[in-house]
Amino acid sequence: MSLIGAKVLRKEDPNLITGQGLYVDDLQPAGCAFMATVRSTQPHARIVAVDTSAARSIDGVLAAWTATDIANLPARPSSLPGMDMPLITGDVARFVGDIVAVVVAADRSTAADAAEAVIVDYEPLPAVASLGQALATDAPMIHPVLQGNTVFFQDYTEDLSAEFAAAPRTASLSLVNNRCAPVPIEPNVVLADWGPAGLTVWAAFQAPHHLRNTIAAFFGISQDTTRVIAPDVGGGFGAKINFASEIFLAAALSRALSRPVKYTQTRSECMVAMFHGRAQEHKVDVAFDDSGKILALKVQVTQDQGAYPDATGMGLPVLTTAMSAGCYKIPKVAVSWRNVVTNTTPVAAYRGAGRPEASYMIERVIDLVADETGVDPIEVRKTNFIPADGFPYQTHSPLAVYDSGNFAGALDELLRHVDYPALKAEQAARMADPTEKLLGIGFSSWLEIAGFGPPGSLEAFGHLASWESAQVRVQPDGSAIIYTGASPHGQGTVTTFAQIAADQLGIDFDRISVRHGDTAVIPQGIGTMGSRAVAVGGEGVKTASTRVFERAKKIAAHLLEATEDDIVVENEEFHVRGTPSKSVPWSQVAWKSFQPLELPAGMEPGSLDATVFQQVPNFSFPSGAYCCVVEIDRETGEVEIRNMYLVDDCGTVINPMLVEGQVHGGVAQGIAQALYEHMQYDESGVPRTATLMDYLVPAAPDLPGYVSGRTVTLNPSNTLGAKGVGESGSVGAPPAVINAVVDALSHLGVKHIDMPATPQKIWSILRGSK
Amino acid sequence: MSTIETHTTRVTVTVNGREVSEEVEPRTLLVHFLREQARLTGTHVGCDTSNCGACTVLIDGEAAKSCTVLAVQANGHKVTTVEGVGNGSGGFSPVQEGFRQEHGLQCGYCTPGMIMACTALLTENPKPNEHEIREALEGNLCRCTGYETIVRAVQWAATNGGAGEWA
Amino acid sequence: MGMIPARFDYRQAGSVAEALQLLVSCDDAKLLAGGHSLVPLMKMRLVSPATLIDISGIAELQGVADTGSVLRVGALTRHRVVERSQVVAQHVPLLAHVAGLVGDPQVRNRGTIGGSLVHGDPAADLPSVALATGATMIVTGPAGERRITAADFFVDFLETAVGPDEILTAIEFPKRTGAGFGYEKFVRRSMDYAIVGVAVQAGEQPGIALVNMGSVPRRAEAASQALASGAAVDAVAALAADGTNPPEDLNANADYRRHLASVLTKRALLAAGYR
Repeated sequence: MSLIGAKVLRKEDPNLITGQGLYVDDLQPAGCAFMATVRSTQPHARIVAVDTSAARSIDGVLAAWTATDIANLPARPSSLPGMDMPLITGDVARFVGDIVAVVVAADRSTAADAAEAVIVDYEPLPAVASLGQALATDAPMIHPVLQGNTVFFQDYTEDLSAEFAAAPRTASLSLVNNRCAPVPIEPNVVLADWGPAGLTVWAAFQAPHHLRNTIAAFFGISQDTTRVIAPDVGGGFGAKINFASEIFLAAALSRALSRPVKYTQTRSECMVAMFHGRAQEHKVDVAFDDSGKILALKVQVTQDQGAYPDATGMGLPVLTTAMSAGCYKIPKVAVSWRNVVTNTTPVAAYRGAGRPEASYMIERVIDLVADETGVDPIEVRKTNFIPADGFPYQTHSPLAVYDSGNFAGALDELLRHVDYPALKAEQAARMADPTEKLLGIGFSSWLEIAGFGPPGSLEAFGHLASWESAQVRVQPDGSAIIYTGASPHGQGTVTTFAQIAADQLGIDFDRISVRHGDTAVIPQGIGTMGSRAVAVGGEGVKTASTRVFERAKKIAAHLLEATEDDIVVENEEFHVRGTPSKSVPWSQVAWKSFQPLELPAGMEPGSLDATVFQQVPNFSFPSGAYCCVVEIDRETGEVEIRNMYLVDDCGTVINPMLVEGQVHGGVAQGIAQALYEHMQYDESGVPRTATLMDYLVPAAPDLPGYVSGRTVTLNPSNTLGAKGVGESGSVGAPPAVINAVVDALSHLGVKHIDMPATPQKIWSILRGSK
Repeated sequence: MSTIETHTTRVTVTVNGREVSEEVEPRTLLVHFLREQARLTGTHVGCDTSNCGACTVLIDGEAAKSCTVLAVQANGHKVTTVEGVGNGSGGFSPVQEGFRQEHGLQCGYCTPGMIMACTALLTENPKPNEHEIREALEGNLCRCTGYETIVRAVQWAATNGGAGEWA
Repeated sequence: MGMIPARFDYRQAGSVAEALQLLVSCDDAKLLAGGHSLVPLMKMRLVSPATLIDISGIAELQGVADTGSVLRVGALTRHRVVERSQVVAQHVPLLAHVAGLVGDPQVRNRGTIGGSLVHGDPAADLPSVALATGATMIVTGPAGERRITAADFFVDFLETAVGPDEILTAIEFPKRTGAGFGYEKFVRRSMDYAIVGVAVQAGEQPGIALVNMGSVPRRAEAASQALASGAAVDAVAALAADGTNPPEDLNANADYRRHLASVLTKRALLAAGYR
């Protein structure tokens, strides 16, 4: 019986539910010292002096470093030339959170005391806290290498003035995609131990091999003596792909002090230090006809990169603009983007990374077209969908050739769960009764570019390559170990990969282990990001498992004196097809696979062991259709989500329970962006939401339950047919929520509301309408 | 600052039925006492403003955020952590099993605190409805699940043994 | 930043007398009850007392006593105990109700009524109950006991009438047996402090008090008077924000707060049985 598609309980859970998980901060090796940071309290300031003398005089303090102590080290990797992010900044602090000193002490408390005792003398400089300020004439500049604050500008890829001039109707929309903090519940944590035999770094990280390669190059040491371990990781959401400066500082301090050095970020630090996500502004123009058919689209994206442009962060608007047409066949699309620096926390990947911004934009555009034409939003979507038989579909972007999908099918499936006519009737009835809350119904038909990816796709973001490694090794007793480079942080990879391997190998799921996260155990790997673990890494497990199984069949055939083609496996027994009595157990085959005398001619011992570097020819394109129903309190402006209907198409489902979990989590973050979360700065660049008291990560009472449905179109780029699902919810949910909010208020002439749709914003609209 | 004298104080806490007695600085938070003195690292720290609840333990059977309690405040009291709620022979408590059955966890970092908050809930209210479950968990943040599967986990536990027993 | 308090000396007081003596003899001392207002501030090092005097073991400050005309609630009584108390639910139901809405369950298990009141946070829930019900604070100092009305108790932002050498020992709530009550707490996220809150105590001496409508917890004086004189619900609600100077923050500007105060007052009045 196939395990693909089965609800299998997670192998990960027994440790995690009993407190036996191992997160980096749980490690406390002998001699472990503790690092703490001193961070700029100023958005932009010249650093006149950093006085560490008081800190150094505290008993138990082992080191207090400023920029001069790391003068021989490079800047943070993944920086841009001339705009490097120093590990410790020496001359100028460029955002609140910029590291100006680090201290190390024998215990956690003394380290905190020492950090507090460091005195920094700042001379404030004028700052730019927003895109508007950064792009103003004569704006204060952050990096002298730039003319102004624009790092890169791509003008419109095409001139569409003729299309717009000829169009029956046009409309425009300005959108802000609010800056979000990723907030994994485990912040950045690192433990570095640099001994005579080399450097070992335990890090809460999504891509340990990427870190290994980078940290070795950073220190000019050899990769063979550099080991990175990502043990259990408490969430990442894209933010733990970034090379946090603290990782390199802890390693440098461990080398200097000859003892392990641990750094555990506090949450308040994490809010300003861990790179943020989103932070885009869009200007969109759309040309369409009276039927709601879209004729042309112009999208201009301005990306806030924060104080130091990160190589990954620079790619966000590339992805946004590549996906700007969503799941629609739009004859003409022109895109433009600009990357801008501001005196704020750097911006890089956060769940979806550039793609939620695109789906939000195009789905808002669809509802705007519906509003302008009076055509129902469902019909506008159906009018413009790429048809189910329209694949492969070359988008306006050379990066994206959609290979599969059935967008109308997903929307139809959604409408089986949603009684749309009844909701419309209820909406009208409520609108007529001023004592009732307003009702809003919002849809999103979304698609995303996932499954990173085809050759070149991750190299563009500084990774070694875009394959994923998988090794399948059968032990002498017939159990199997899978080694994957796709190091997880909550995805359930240990379970899904064992399911995939069990199917291919015919070995019991309970006798398959999956190892990950340790570069000494798994020599090469890429990592878990961009919804790639199953679509690339899982496919690799399948490929490697198939190779091992073919070899096992050869051995079984030899032992059974049968031909290989007649060998089948059932209940961990190989037998000759049609002759069940003629059989040999997997354990025997495994045992003998190590015994040269038992092997067929030409076969090496230990051959039930295969490593692949799995490549895929294209990205994957998960898609779906969501519907959100909101109620709005007319007096307070409070929005409550009453229903959230979710139809996902992630291709083949390996484990429905885990797919549901990924969708729910992504949707929760999407709702959070739409209604709650917004990393805000005041006009001077001081963050206003730098703790979890002010930055509103929603709790259980704040989020709705979900109704889930599914459609399946297979991913043609792998044999599993799986597309990935990690980012889907965060791509699909925000537009559904905001479309619902706007729908509830559209009778007041409301065309758009920026996220998050806070009660005060909505009350202002409601008040204005009276 | 280096001249401030350090007075330590002896703190004795019954953790999961076993006495842990250590000399600590009075400023030692209970969560650090549990993680570093008792070496029970199942209790996690996720924030510094008492919002996230990852550090939730039971003090004398009631849920508390151990990052907001000084170790000295727990002196002489009983503390139960996630390591203490199983059946003692490697088996899971109904709440732990509910989290496993209903996929109430992903990265697992908030999970120990969630399990302790849910254990406290079911001790007080063995048959909570969905609204009561969500309200009871308002002090615990999860970034992975979106909470619905956690609600189901509690419901599973409620129909399969409830809060369970612990030391 | 954020996690570990500065060093302090720790002392335990076994009685009010001992605590008062320690307050005098220790420099820069603060009282530690449940610690749920103080410890977070100490972790952020916004407050770094040289000495903490742990009063949580003082038995005489615990529990609820029915003295006939009033309920006397010991300052160290935890929110959870107040919330679950049958006596409180019967005689000051507004207090039991609101105690169940403070923070989250973990906070309610540890935080104390006295600690919350003496912190003087205008965004906290319980000061509004003290103000709406006309509670009296019992404060003990070197010169003996003082009785301070709730209206006089809250002095300034995070500042109460309790002197540096005094201890809030108990709160006396006049019985409101059988009278209606309402409490409306407007939040964006369930666990948070109120953006605006309104407490309404119905009955012979009705009162309306506001949460987070200024730098100090305060009664809605004009609305309370209108209510006492029998004004209609809408008219009372319209007066809710009279004389307030509401704070402005990320969640609400002053106008919005005034508006919310009216809306929530109306809802609390309806909940309290006014029509």
